[in-house]
Amino acid sequence: MFSLTLNGTRRHIRDTSPNTTLLDWLRERGHVGTKEGCAEGDCGACTVAIREDGQWKAINSCLVPLPAMADREVLSVEGLSEPGKPLHPAQQAMVETLGSQCGYCTPGFVMSIFEAGHRSDLKGPENAWKLDDQLCGNLCRCTGYRPIRKALEQVAGTHPDDGFQGESLPIKALSYQAGDERFFRPSTLEALWPILDQHPNATLVCGATDLGLDITQKGVRYPTLVSLEALPIGGLERTDTGWRIGATLSLADLESAAPLPILTRMLRYFASRQIKHRATLGGNLCTASPIGDSAPVLMALGASVVLASKAGERSVLLDDFFLDYRKIDLQPGEILAFIDVPHPKPNTLRAAYKVSKRREMDISAVSAAFVVELSAGIVSAARLAYGGMAATTKRACETEAMLIGKPWNDENLELAIAKLDFTPMSDHRGSAWYRTQVAGNLLRGFYAETRDTPVPELEEGHIGTVQVSGTVEAQP
Amino acid sequence: MKPTPHESAHLHVTGRAVYVDDAPSPHGCLWVHPVTSPVAKGTLRNADASAARALPGVHAVLFDQDIPGDGLIGPIVHDEPLLSRGPLLFVGQPIAIVVAETRELAEKAAALVSLEIDEEPPTLTIDAAIDAQDFLGTPHTIARGDIEKGLRDAEHVVHGEMRCGGQDHFYLETQAALVIPQEDNSFHILSSTQHPNEIQKMAALVLGLPANQVVCEVPRMGGGFGGKESQATQPACWAALGAWATGRPCRVRFSRHQDMAWTGKRHPFLGRYSAGFTNGKLVALKTDIYCNGGWSEDLSIPILDRAMFHTDNAYFIQDLHFQGRACRTNLPSNTAFRGFGGPQGVLVVEDAINRFAESQGLDAAQVRADSFYREHQPTPYGQVLEGVRLQRIWKELSASSGYPERRSAAQGQGWVRSGIGFQPVKFGISFTASLLNQAGALVLVYADGSVQLNHGGTEMGQGLHSKMLKICAIELGVPQSKIRVMRTATDKVPNTSATAASSGTDLNGAAVRNACHQLRDRMATVRATMPGKPTFAQVALQCWVNQVSLAASGFYATPGIGYDRQAGRGTPFFYYAYGAAVCEVKLNALTGEYRLVRADILHDVGDSILPGVDKGQVEGGFVQGLGWLTQEELINRPDGSAVTLGPSTYKIPSIGDIPRDFHVNLLDKAPQHGVIHGSKAVGEPPFMLAIAALTALRHAISSFGPGPVQLAVPATPEAVLRAIAIQKGVLSRTQ
Repeated sequence: MFSLTLNGTRRHIRDTSPNTTLLDWLRERGHVGTKEGCAEGDCGACTVAIREDGQWKAINSCLVPLPAMADREVLSVEGLSEPGKPLHPAQQAMVETLGSQCGYCTPGFVMSIFEAGHRSDLKGPENAWKLDDQLCGNLCRCTGYRPIRKALEQVAGTHPDDGFQGESLPIKALSYQAGDERFFRPSTLEALWPILDQHPNATLVCGATDLGLDITQKGVRYPTLVSLEALPIGGLERTDTGWRIGATLSLADLESAAPLPILTRMLRYFASRQIKHRATLGGNLCTASPIGDSAPVLMALGASVVLASKAGERSVLLDDFFLDYRKIDLQPGEILAFIDVPHPKPNTLRAAYKVSKRREMDISAVSAAFVVELSAGIVSAARLAYGGMAATTKRACETEAMLIGKPWNDENLELAIAKLDFTPMSDHRGSAWYRTQVAGNLLRGFYAETRDTPVPELEEGHIGTVQVSGTVEAQP
Repeated sequence: MKPTPHESAHLHVTGRAVYVDDAPSPHGCLWVHPVTSPVAKGTLRNADASAARALPGVHAVLFDQDIPGDGLIGPIVHDEPLLSRGPLLFVGQPIAIVVAETRELAEKAAALVSLEIDEEPPTLTIDAAIDAQDFLGTPHTIARGDIEKGLRDAEHVVHGEMRCGGQDHFYLETQAALVIPQEDNSFHILSSTQHPNEIQKMAALVLGLPANQVVCEVPRMGGGFGGKESQATQPACWAALGAWATGRPCRVRFSRHQDMAWTGKRHPFLGRYSAGFTNGKLVALKTDIYCNGGWSEDLSIPILDRAMFHTDNAYFIQDLHFQGRACRTNLPSNTAFRGFGGPQGVLVVEDAINRFAESQGLDAAQVRADSFYREHQPTPYGQVLEGVRLQRIWKELSASSGYPERRSAAQGQGWVRSGIGFQPVKFGISFTASLLNQAGALVLVYADGSVQLNHGGTEMGQGLHSKMLKICAIELGVPQSKIRVMRTATDKVPNTSATAASSGTDLNGAAVRNACHQLRDRMATVRATMPGKPTFAQVALQCWVNQVSLAASGFYATPGIGYDRQAGRGTPFFYYAYGAAVCEVKLNALTGEYRLVRADILHDVGDSILPGVDKGQVEGGFVQGLGWLTQEELINRPDGSAVTLGPSTYKIPSIGDIPRDFHVNLLDKAPQHGVIHGSKAVGEPPFMLAIAALTALRHAISSFGPGPVQLAVPATPEAVLRAIAIQKGVLSRTQ
C-alpha cells in the first residue's frame, strides 16, 4: 500500500496495478476534468501539478505510473477552486481572455498556467521565450493560442495568494505489490542492490517519460519496476576537473542550474516543460535513442558515464557507452549513476543544434553538438557529434581528423564537410538528403556563429537552430 | 469593452464541462472495440472469433450478419458497410465488433479474432487512381467563355501543378459514444458528433427501427472541425449494435492512434492548371482537379464541388473551364474538414498567380488586387456578386500592415531571408446541397420566467451556444442569466442538418429568433392586459394563469438559393464572406527553418454578434490553416498503413509557431442584409488566409534565384531547403 495526496486529501492505494497511469487512476475515480488527448505526453490535456522541493511542477499524468506518485502531492484542475467559490487566477484569466473554445485542452493549460503563476523566473522581455516553453507541451486546436498566451502573461510570476504555497515532503522508500506486479523505490544504493539481485529482470525507471509510452501505446505490463527517483544520485556538483551531474536530475532542474551553456542551448528545445520536469539526463542516455539530443552534447564535451553496481563503480566514455541501435553498455545489476563532464579547455568553440519539423516539442531530424579547440588559430582537437545520422549518436571522425592540425578557416571547413561519412535513413522526420545537407550546413553555421562568440547562446527571436545571419553562402 | 466569455468557459476551466467520455458509466456498461482490417486491399475469406468469445468477460463478437437492420451506411450514398461483408478496402476497416466488460478486454479480444485474408496491392494515391480510372461519383464541370481562345489571347500563360496533402482534424477529444438501451426497444445515444440527426438515422437504420425509437444527444464536443460531421457515425452505430445485442449500455472511445488510423482526413488534392494573364490580371484559367476520396464516397463529392466553387477565389476570370473528379483509393474515407475543399480549390489559383508573379518578377499582391471581383460581376457558375468587400479590405489592410514598404524592405542577403505575402479570400456561405439549409429551435419559457433554449446546432468550441444565448436574450428581452442552453438532442429538434459549412449561427440563430418572436408576441398580448410594467417572470406566470402556451418551435430555411450541378450554373450561396491577411516570414537557408514573424488579418464577419468569439474563430482558423500548409504531414507506408498516428509524429502548431506580432481585426460597420443580426458566418473562411504565409515563404525563396518557386505543401523546413536548392539550380525541377 502507498498513499498520495490528491487535491489536499490523503488517498491510500492498494490493489491497483503499478502499470496504471496517474491519468487512468484519476479518471476511473471520477476526476474526469483531467483529459486524455494522446496518451503519449505530447498534447498536455492530461497535465496536473505535483509539488516537489516546494515548487509546483506541471507534469503529464498520462505517462506516470501511479506508484511513482507515492508520498507526493498531486493537484488536478478540480482542486484549484471549489464549486461556487471564486475561480483560481489561472482559471479566471483563461475565462477573461477567451482562452477556451471547445474546452478539452483547457484543464491542461490551466494547470500549466498555474505552475507559471508560482514561478519567479518568467518576468521581463529576456524571459519571453520561457512563456512559449511553459506552454509548448499543451496543444490547442481551436484558439490559435493568442488568448492563451495572454492569459499566461497575466498570471506568470504573480505568485497568487491561492493557498497553495508551502513545503513538500521528501519521497520515501517504497515496496509495493499488486497481484504479481511490483514497484520498488529504494532510497539508498545499499537497499537497491538486493532488489536488483532478487529481480534480475526488473526494469529501471525514473521519470517514465519514455517507459510510460510502452504502457500507454504498446500495452506493456511491467512485472517489476525499480524506480531510481529516491536514490541520492540527483545532484549537481562542480569539481576541479568538471561537472558531475546526477543521473536522476530532472532536465528542468538541469536547465535552470545551467552548468554548461552548450547543454542549456540544447535543453531549450529538448521537450515540453511537463516532460522536462520528469525526464532525467540518465534516462535520456539509457533510452539510447539514435537522436538523443542530450547525447550529442555530452559526447562532444567528452563526457563519461559512471555505472554503479554492488561491485563498485566503473566509468565509461560516452562514445563507448552506445553499442548499437538502442543498445548500451549497462550490465544487469548496474545503474547509470552520474555523468561526468570535463571542463572545456580555454579557447574552445562550442555550440549545439537541433533541427526538427516543429521548433518546440518535437523529435529532431538532426541534432548536433560541436566542440572545437583552437591553439593559435589551428584546430588542436575537434569533437563533432551527431544525432539522427546513424543508429546511435555518432561522431564524425573523418571530418574531425580532417580539421585537426589545420587552420580554422572556410576552405578547410569545406574540405572537412566533404568528409562527413554518414548514410542516414529517410523517415517521416527527414529524408537522407535533408539530413545530409543539414549535417554539413550546421557546421557552416557553427563556423560563422562562433567567429565572434566562442560559446553563443540563443538570442530572442532567432530564426532556426543556427541563428547567425552569415555572409558565407550555404551550399545545399 | 471586455469580450463576452464562452458560455461554458467557467466549466471548461474547472474541468466540470462534461464530454461524452466523462459521463459516468451506467450500471452494467460494456465497452465496444472493433476488429479491423490489417490490409489496405483484400478479401476476407474467413474470420474465427472463437478464441475471443471464449475469454471471460467477452459478451459478444458481432459481424455483418448479426446486424438486425441495414448494414450499409453513409452520409449521402449508403456505400459503407458498417462491418465488412468480405471486401477489405482500407487498413482499419471494421470487420467485427467485440463487446466486453472493459475497454482493455475488448481490445485484447479483438486481437484474438483470427482473419484469413487474400491480400491485393492497394491504390493509395491520386495518380494511381487516375491511372486506374477509379473514381467516386460523377465528374463536375464549371465553364464560361472560350477557354482555349482565352488562353491563346492572353499575354502570358503559366502551366503548373498544385499538390497538397491531407490534414488530420486532431480535435483534442477523440471519437466517442455511449448508448443506453431504454424500455420498449428504444435507445439513447450520447455522441460526440456534429450531426446528431445523422447518428439517429443511421443507428435506427442499422437496428432496423423507426427513427423515433432512437434519441441522440450531444453534450458538447472537444473539437470537431468537420471530423465529426459524418465520421462520428461508425463508433455510435457500433455501440448501438452492442447495446442492442447485449441489452446493456455500451460505450466506445478511440485512442488517439485509433482515431488517426481509422478516420478520414482533409482530402489531398492535385490541381493541374493553365492560367492566362493580361496586363497583370488573371483572365483565363483551366483546371483539372482531383481529390483523394479514400475508400467510400462519404462527403467527397460535395467537397470536390466546393473546391471548384472556390477555384476562382477572389478573382473575376473571363474565360474558364474547371473540371473535377474524386478518386477512389484504399485509405480511410477522407471527409469534411474546415473549408470543405474550398482551401484546396483556392490553392490552385493562388499557385497560378504566385507562379506568374515569380516568373515575371511582379508583386503577387498587385496581381491579386488587380484581379479582384468588382460589384455585380458573375462567378464562374453565374451567381452575381453583391456587396463585394475585397477592395475595401485590401485598402485598409495594406495601410494597417504597411505592406508596400515592408515588401520593398524584404528578402535581404545571406542565410537569413525574409518574405512577405498577401492573401485575400472570398468564401461562399450555405450548404451547396440547398435543401440542407434549414434549422429548427425549441424555446421553453417556464412560469418562473426562466428559459430553456434548444436548437439544432451542436457546440464544438465555435461558440454557437454563446451566440444563440445572446440572440435568444435579445429577441425575448430577458437577461442571458435566465436562459439555459440545453444539450443538442434529436427529441427536441428533429431532422436537423449537421453543424457544418460555417452555417450554425445563420440557420439556427434565425430559427431561435423565429421561436422567440412567437413567444414574444403571445406574451405581449398578455402583458397588455397587465397593469404597470410587469417583469418577464410576471408575464410568464400570467401566461400560465391565462392558459397561454409558453413553448414555441422555431424554423428557418434559407431563401432563394439553388444549384444545377449538371449545368454548372446557379446560386449556391446566400452570400459571401471576405477577408485578407498579410504574413511575413524569416527563413534560415542553412536548415530551411523559419518563423512567421508577423501576421495582419482583416476579416469580414458582418456585424459581429460576439466579437470575442469571432476573433477567436479567425485566429484559430488561420493557425489551423498554417498547420496544414507548413507542418502537418500525413505519411503512409506503401502498404497503406499510417506512420503518423499521434502528436509525436504529426505536428500541429504549438504556441511557439504563432507570430508574436499578430494583429487580427474584424471589418468595421459591415452589416450583412438578411442574415441574423446582420452577421456573417466565420468558421471556415479564415482558414484560407494562411496561404499568405506560403506566399511569403515563396517570396523569400525567390531571392535565391530566378523563376517560379517550387515549394511543396506542407512547407516543412525540408521542403523549404529543397525549394531553395531548386531555386539555386542545385536540385532540378520536377516539372
